[in-house]
Amino acid sequence: MAKKNKETFLNPIGINNPVTVQVLGICSALAVTAKLEPAIVMGISVTIIVAFANVIISLLRNTIPNRIRIIVQLVVVAALVTVVSEVLKAFAYDVSVQLSVYVGLIITNCILMGRLEAFAMQNGPWESFLDGVGNGLGYAKILVIVGFFRELLGSGALFGFRVIPQCVYDAGYLNNGLMLMPPMALIIVACIIWVQRSKNKDLQEK
Amino acid sequence: MKALRNYLDKIKPNFEEGGKLHALRSVFDGFETFLFVPNTTSKKGTHIHDSIDSKRIMSIVVIALMPALLFGMYNVGYQHFKAANIEGSFFELFGYGFLAVLPKIIVSYVVGLGIEFIVAQMKGEEIHEGFLVSGILIPMIVPVGCPLWLLAIATAFSVIFAKEVFGGTGMNVFNVALVARAFLFFAYPAKMSGESVWVAQDSIFGLGKSIDGLTAATPLGEAATIAVPEFNMDMVYGLIPGSIGETSVIAIAIGALILLWTGVASWKTMLSVFVGGICMALIFNACGIENNAMAAMPWYEHLVLGGFCFGAVFMATDPVTSARTETGKYIFGFLIGVMAIVIRVLNPGYPEGMMLAILLMNIFAPLIDYCVVQRNISKRMKRLTNKK
Repeated sequence: MAKKNKETFLNPIGINNPVTVQVLGICSALAVTAKLEPAIVMGISVTIIVAFANVIISLLRNTIPNRIRIIVQLVVVAALVTVVSEVLKAFAYDVSVQLSVYVGLIITNCILMGRLEAFAMQNGPWESFLDGVGNGLGYAKILVIVGFFRELLGSGALFGFRVIPQCVYDAGYLNNGLMLMPPMALIIVACIIWVQRSKNKDLQEK
Repeated sequence: MKALRNYLDKIKPNFEEGGKLHALRSVFDGFETFLFVPNTTSKKGTHIHDSIDSKRIMSIVVIALMPALLFGMYNVGYQHFKAANIEGSFFELFGYGFLAVLPKIIVSYVVGLGIEFIVAQMKGEEIHEGFLVSGILIPMIVPVGCPLWLLAIATAFSVIFAKEVFGGTGMNVFNVALVARAFLFFAYPAKMSGESVWVAQDSIFGLGKSIDGLTAATPLGEAATIAVPEFNMDMVYGLIPGSIGETSVIAIAIGALILLWTGVASWKTMLSVFVGGICMALIFNACGIENNAMAAMPWYEHLVLGGFCFGAVFMATDPVTSARTETGKYIFGFLIGVMAIVIRVLNPGYPEGMMLAILLMNIFAPLIDYCVVQRNISKRMKRLTNKK
């Protein structure tokens, strides 16, 4: 059982990543990754919400009537999203402004409904929690990679601190403005998928 | 010719299986088939081969680009000497432009062909010839002030992401050279537009004079920000600031004649781009838009300024990315002309609409072809059923 739990937790981070393999949650991956800080906050928020929504739905799974399960799941997710959004507004106002509507839009993130429907409805709370954390971290991992490259190449900074020294700019280096636009995030995600697939023979389509 | 052939035959064994330079097989193969039409024949069935293969077609396009390129070099020198307010002989002007443009061509070819060679070697295929044309188009559609390292990045980006990921030459959805330009345009707008990039600022090997802060707007940029400039013959000759190869209508017309005479480019696409542009410009002239000087720009000025001619002749007619059905070519070209003028007039942020118009229509080319083919099928089906 321990091995199975480990798989539940680790698979979404690597071989069954929600963003690069299942291609879910792409929209927010494009929208919030222009800088590293909001990307990390977004990743953490989604991790917390998926984990707890999974646990709650898993506890309720035997009592939810099948015909209204989607609406029940939505209510749970919406409640958690509201809590996270308020916490962000209270303790990390700047980031919450940067993330703007995308915190609220976590409710529409496909990863959430996907995990609730596919996993939490059939499994116990502990497994569901591991699955939620794994998926959240898998999502966060991609966001951080994309955010790292976009902020580094687009603004020459990391976490808002200038990392590319001035002398490089004096020598003629320029920030890549396209990196700050959503299309480039899509290309970076595509590159990550490319690397992952060329390493993993299992993922390659015949 | 004979000596070259003998030399190639002599060194060929080195590159074949077991030879010491086997790793460079695809490079050798690429050069050999570039210099000589391969004499391989099909083994089964009857095939009729045209002696003009795609490497020969590419060479014709490169030849057709030469007048525009040579004039572009002269114009680079002309603009610099004019802005620096010094006199120079024809050879000084041309020499200056030649030295300013040559590094761009070299960078574009080295980066692009380098990637092609590596990919071909990795896949074990022969080298695709498509980059022969893209490699010379890319330096011709950037302003002279665009730094070399940007050109290298853009070339690498477009070859990898616009071409190799789609499967190489003949598979690309978008025009490779235009993707490189679009990449530069959106990623490094300071080096692709504005007023400081259209005239070369440094002296090269003692030619010209280094002046900081030389500024000159392209006539289209002027039209978008200040007022529409008066039409004059310099716009036709091409003695105006602009991207290196795009300014001269006459040089491009010579290239167009070469392409049409050899049948490499389709006159249908070319003509309909111009018709589309003229129609849309006349519509804007007739309606007029308040506070928009571009809307009142006469159609002949739209056609001679910016990259309209260059795009119509060399980009829209790209056989890979344009529509392939004969009716489709009319629609494809017409919509490019219309879109280019619409973008120019309605979006002052993008005074050059040609690039975006062609890229946009590249996406729609397969759809246009599909509709044309389906229409033909249903028409013939109807004829068949009516007979019975």
